[in-house]
Amino acid sequence: MELPRRFCLAGLLLMAFAFSAGCSPHAPSITVATVNNADMIIMQRLSPPFEAATGITINWVVLEENVLRQRVTTDIATGGGQFDVVTIGSYETPIWARQGWLQPLHDLGPEYGYDDLLPSVRQSLSLGDTLYAVPFYAESSFTYYRTDLFEQAGLTMPEAPTYTQIADFARRLHNPENGVYGICLRGKPGWGENMAYLSTLVNAFGGRWFDMGWHPQLTSPEWHAALSFYVNLLATYGPPGATSNGHNENRALFAAGNCAMWIDATAAAGHLYNPNDSRVADRIGFARAPMEVTENGTSWVWAWALAVPASSRNAEAARQFVQWATSAEYITLVGEADGWTVAPPGTRRSTYANPAYLAAAPFAPFVETAILSVDPTRPTRDPVPYVGIQYVGIPEFQGIGAQVGQVVAAALSGQQRVDEALETAQSIVERAMRDASYIP
Amino acid sequence: MTPRTRLGVLPGDWRLLSPAVGALALWMVLPLAMTLWFSFQRYNLLTPQLRGFAGAANYATLVSDPALWASIANTVVLVGSVLVISIIAGLLVAAIFDEPFSGRRMARLFVVAPFFVMPTVGALIWKNLLMHPVNGLFAAAARGLGMPAVDWFTDWPMASIVLIVAWQWTPFAFLIFLTAMQSIDPSVREAALLDGADWRDRFIHLVLPHLRRAIGIVAMVEAIFLLTVFAEILVTTGGGPGLATTNLAFFIYIKALLQYDVGIASAAGVIAILLANGIAFFFMRTVSRSIDV
Repeated sequence: MELPRRFCLAGLLLMAFAFSAGCSPHAPSITVATVNNADMIIMQRLSPPFEAATGITINWVVLEENVLRQRVTTDIATGGGQFDVVTIGSYETPIWARQGWLQPLHDLGPEYGYDDLLPSVRQSLSLGDTLYAVPFYAESSFTYYRTDLFEQAGLTMPEAPTYTQIADFARRLHNPENGVYGICLRGKPGWGENMAYLSTLVNAFGGRWFDMGWHPQLTSPEWHAALSFYVNLLATYGPPGATSNGHNENRALFAAGNCAMWIDATAAAGHLYNPNDSRVADRIGFARAPMEVTENGTSWVWAWALAVPASSRNAEAARQFVQWATSAEYITLVGEADGWTVAPPGTRRSTYANPAYLAAAPFAPFVETAILSVDPTRPTRDPVPYVGIQYVGIPEFQGIGAQVGQVVAAALSGQQRVDEALETAQSIVERAMRDASYIP
Repeated sequence: MTPRTRLGVLPGDWRLLSPAVGALALWMVLPLAMTLWFSFQRYNLLTPQLRGFAGAANYATLVSDPALWASIANTVVLVGSVLVISIIAGLLVAAIFDEPFSGRRMARLFVVAPFFVMPTVGALIWKNLLMHPVNGLFAAAARGLGMPAVDWFTDWPMASIVLIVAWQWTPFAFLIFLTAMQSIDPSVREAALLDGADWRDRFIHLVLPHLRRAIGIVAMVEAIFLLTVFAEILVTTGGGPGLATTNLAFFIYIKALLQYDVGIASAAGVIAILLANGIAFFFMRTVSRSIDV
């Protein structure tokens, strides 16, 4: 299609506004919105050969996670069409797919190797049986611990610990005079921060967000037990200022040697193993995420994935790009260019069969086991009407999680008692669910 | 006589006025009208199938939401405390800088500097370098004195935000007050000195009355800006713990960009506009009265 020059000019002007593109059919350009995580920065750096090979020009919009989520959500929900490729998580993918905002990605061709994708990751990015986003990297959660401290105290971390054991270890290893805190956990409010961790803890104690009729369950004995446990554990044996510690803050604390244990994302393992980033690189052990009354939903699964919005005007080029960036060849490219420890983890079986990766990343089998053991369709002990382990797969959850996260932080800081906090949280969730017509 | 000619506007003048009026309509009236329109709509970006006219439902939901009242109370506390602190501190520092001392120019530069630091940067410095309970300067000082470190943003969240914002706005008050003080006629000062007034008398009976108008202006300008304090809260406490530091601006942010509820956020925006206009109206009256005197 040959557009008149005038239109091209108008298009160029538009581009200045919205990076929307596509005047000449011979050199398509796509706009890729992504998170400023280390792995995505590597993708940006390694993309010029792809551009040279395909003739596709890439405009990068690289943003911090929350800002990205806001920009992308508002653009896609209003049909803005700014982006041809968006980076979204396993939470958004099924919800957006149901709204018809994403193009299906189940037909990228046989050479893509769909069977190579880890099943739990693939499932978390599908609506029904159709894949709507392809995984760039994926993570689960597990327990990090300091082998040297455990040895000194004569303790042994079981392969699959319970929270009762974890609390006992934290009590014995807590030594704030020497700058070692028994346990580090997320306390920073946010649905992807403290609520991601807390939801797995609630699951372990047998709780759930909603019953089968979508009635919030936050005042149940299970939630009470879980939140009391969390507040006691972290307030007594955690670092000061725990309410401002998210994933990154805790990673820094653990890397500096301030935490005896840490229950968090498997994706941090590569960084903690890197002696340049970590003072404890040679003293880290791994165990499964703790359970208590049940095993279901005690460790999460999260994938950062690439999707093509329905509003994209360069869908063909966009599909070419996501295929390249999530392929086994790309993982090999990163491994060879930047070192195997930083190769995008958690997406493909072939990564975990690669001897070069296994040699460079001794934590890899733990990560693979953790991801494979997760079943997002059975997140809790009792049946629930939702999918998702560390989140609830409904659009309202971001708002609910943000507000409940604040209440949980208030309980952790001692501003509210646990039962008061849970009642506040329950009424917040009830309001939200009534407003969204789930319950009368 | 028609009102038009009494205003001094001739029919042909409208052509000259239209760019200004048009720009005003585009920049102010249009967004305001859209906010009003959205505030009566049921419109959540994430649930497009549930769109439609909502009547006053958004306002009813808001008014029955305890979080709204908490955030209004927090806004009042924040604005009020920062106003009091920055005006008192600004007066004191201005009084000091009104007297000559060596190195005054250099010192003045340092005092004014916080005003030119971006709010996010300033707040991050306070959060990570000063108030951090493990790595912060205050914690190190407390430990040096043998006291336990204070976990500022957990135990004193609102006080911490007030401190940071007051630190940013004191230089503004200081600058205005210093200029006003330096405009005091030296002969009046000399007369006061000859009459044997000590520094306290001079401050209360000479400087303060002279500064009344300046104080009114500072209070009004600061109040307008302080109503929308946002960056400091976003990068430090995120509105918490609980709702402890959620002001109206942050409340609207939660509704609009965390819950994507355009309808509710617009309704909250309309409430914020009413609140801001109420406060501005109050200050305009007080300031204009002080100008008349």
